[in-house]
Amino acid sequence: MDVSGQVSKGAESSQQSTAASPQRPGSASPAAPRNLTRTMILVLLFLGAATLVSLWVGYRLLDFSLLREDETARSLFFQLRLPRVVMAGILGASLGSVGACLQAFFRNPLAEPFTLGVSGGGTLGASVAIALGWGITLAGVPMVFLAAFAGSAAAVLVVYWLSRTGDVVMPGTLLLAGVVVNLIASAGVILIQYIADYSRALQILRWTIGTIDVVGFDRIWRMLILLIPGWAILLAIARDLHLLAMGEESAASLGVDVRRCERLVYIASSLIVGVAVAEGGTIAFVGLIIPHAVRLVLGQDVRLVLPCSFLVGAGFLMLADALARTALPSGELPVGAVTAVIGGITFLGLLRRQRRFSAI
Amino acid sequence: MASANSISPAHADALIEARGLRFAYEADRWVVDDVSLKLKHGALAALIGANGSGKSTLIRLLAGLRSANAGEVLFSGQPLNDIPRKRLARSLAYVPQINPMIFPFTAMEVVLTGRSPYTPRFRFENRLDVQQALKALATVGAAHLAPRPVTELSGGERQLVAVARALAQEPECLILDEPAAALDLKHRAALIRILRQLRDRQGMTALMVTHDLQLLDPAFDRVFAIHRGSLLAEGSPGQVLRDEVLCRVYEDPRVRARKLEGRTFVWSGT
Repeated sequence: MDVSGQVSKGAESSQQSTAASPQRPGSASPAAPRNLTRTMILVLLFLGAATLVSLWVGYRLLDFSLLREDETARSLFFQLRLPRVVMAGILGASLGSVGACLQAFFRNPLAEPFTLGVSGGGTLGASVAIALGWGITLAGVPMVFLAAFAGSAAAVLVVYWLSRTGDVVMPGTLLLAGVVVNLIASAGVILIQYIADYSRALQILRWTIGTIDVVGFDRIWRMLILLIPGWAILLAIARDLHLLAMGEESAASLGVDVRRCERLVYIASSLIVGVAVAEGGTIAFVGLIIPHAVRLVLGQDVRLVLPCSFLVGAGFLMLADALARTALPSGELPVGAVTAVIGGITFLGLLRRQRRFSAI
Repeated sequence: MASANSISPAHADALIEARGLRFAYEADRWVVDDVSLKLKHGALAALIGANGSGKSTLIRLLAGLRSANAGEVLFSGQPLNDIPRKRLARSLAYVPQINPMIFPFTAMEVVLTGRSPYTPRFRFENRLDVQQALKALATVGAAHLAPRPVTELSGGERQLVAVARALAQEPECLILDEPAAALDLKHRAALIRILRQLRDRQGMTALMVTHDLQLLDPAFDRVFAIHRGSLLAEGSPGQVLRDEVLCRVYEDPRVRARKLEGRTFVWSGT
C-alpha cells in the first residue's frame, strides 16, 4: 500500500500541483463530464428522429404538398397528430424521469411509478373523479388531475411507510407493497366501474388501458401547469439523488438534507405521475426500461441519467405510440399495451440479472 | 478553499465536544446516556465498547447525522446544528460502517462525490476535483481501483474507497465507523499508518470505532470506552487497556491486556 501519497489541503496547493503536472488524468477520470456534449447531441438526435418519425406515420403518411394546400389536412395535422405526438412526448418524458428519480432514491433498480404502485394510486384517484363526473377545473387545472395526484401521493406514502424500518428501506418489501397497492387500486377501479353508470364505466375502461387521445393543445397547456414545477424539482435534486444512490448515510454526511429531498421526491413524483396517469392511463414500465437503457449507454451518474431519461423517454413513447397507431390495418392499439409488453419482458430480464447480485 | 471555509477558530482547544448527550430510538431506552467528551485538535482517538453499547449511535451524533434528544455537540466551539450542512461536510467527513452498493458506480465516481461540498449544485466536478479524488485514492493505496465498478470490489476494497471519499472532502476531522472490520491484517495496519500520517502532516483529527484492540497501543493518542451508552473510561491507550477496565467494558471477567514489545495485546479466554 502506498502511504507516501498525501491529500493536499486547500485550493492553492492543488492549483500548484495542476500547474506542475498538466497532463490529463488517465482512464480513471469520470467519463461523464467529458462526453457530455457528445452524449447530449446523441440524445437530442434520437429525440428529433423520433419526433419526425411519429409525426410522419399515422392513418395517412404525412404529405407536405397536401399540408400546404388542403385546409382539412392542415387542421387534422395541427389538431390531431401534432398534439398527440407532443402528448406522447410529455408522458414519456414524465415517466422516464420519475423512473430514474425513484430508482436512485430507493436504491432499487426495479423501482418505477408502476411497480411502486404510484400509477395504481393515481388511476384510482382519477377513476373516482371520472365516475363522479368531475369535469370541472380548478384554476385551469382539471379536477381529474388533482384527484390522480392525491391518489398517487397516497400510494407513495403507503408503500414507503410499509417498506421503511428505521433507516432502512427493504427492497423486497418495497416492491411487494407496490404490487399490493396496485392490486387494491385496480380492485377499487373495478368496483367503481360496476357502480358508475354505463357511459362513465366505458370511459374509465378505455382510459385505464393507457391510450393517448388528445384533440388540440388545450389539455396539454393545463397539464404543463402542474408538470413543469414537477420536472423542475426533479432536475434541481438530481445531484442529491446521485449522492443518495450511493447510500443515505454517506449522502447525509456530504451535506444532503435527506428529509427535504425525500419530501421533494414525494411531491414531484406523485404530481408528475398523477397528471400523466390522469391523461394517459397506466402506461407501464416506461419508467423502468428508459433509465436502464440510458445507464447502459451513459453509465451510472444520476445527474446525467435523469435528464437523459427525460429526453429518451419522450422519444421512446412517441415511437411506441406511432407503433400503436399503425400496427393494425384498421383502428389502433392502446400504447399502454405496447409498453407493457416491451417493458414487462425487460423487467423479467432485469429480475433474472438481479438474482445474481442478490440485491433484492 | 478549505481554509477560507474552515469553521474552526484557532482558540477552541477541543475540535469536537459533546455535552451531556442523550439519545433514544424508543422512549426511555437510552442508547446514548449522558455522554460528555472532548476530542482535541489533531488527536487520533478510538471509541471502543461491546456490541450494542451505542458506539455507532454516538459517533452518528458526533458527526451530525442524528440529533440528540438532550445535550449538544460543539464543533470548534460552535453548536453542530447551527453549522450549514455543506460547510460542515467540508470540515467533517464520516465513513459509514457498511456501504451496500446497488448500482455499479465506478470507484472514481464514488470518491468524486467527496468533492460535492465544494461543487455548485448544477456543476460537474472539474479537473482539480478529479485530481483531488485521484490523490485521495492514491493515499489509501487504491488508485488502481479507480475505474472499477464498486459492486465488483471486495468488502475491504470498498472500505478503502469509502475512506478515500472521506479524504476527498479535505476534512479537518474524520469519523470512521469500524473501518478496519473488513480489512485484512496488512491493510488494517496500513490504514492506521495513513491516519497517523494525516495527523502528523496535516493535523487531521480522527475518531474511529473499533473492536480491534491491538491497533490502539501505541498508535492512538486517546481511547474512549463506552458501556451501555455511558462513557466508562477515557485516557491514553495505556490507561484504558487494563484488565480491570476492559473486563467492565466488555462485561467479561476473562479479558486480559498485556504489554509486549511496546504494544498492548488484548484477548479473552476461550
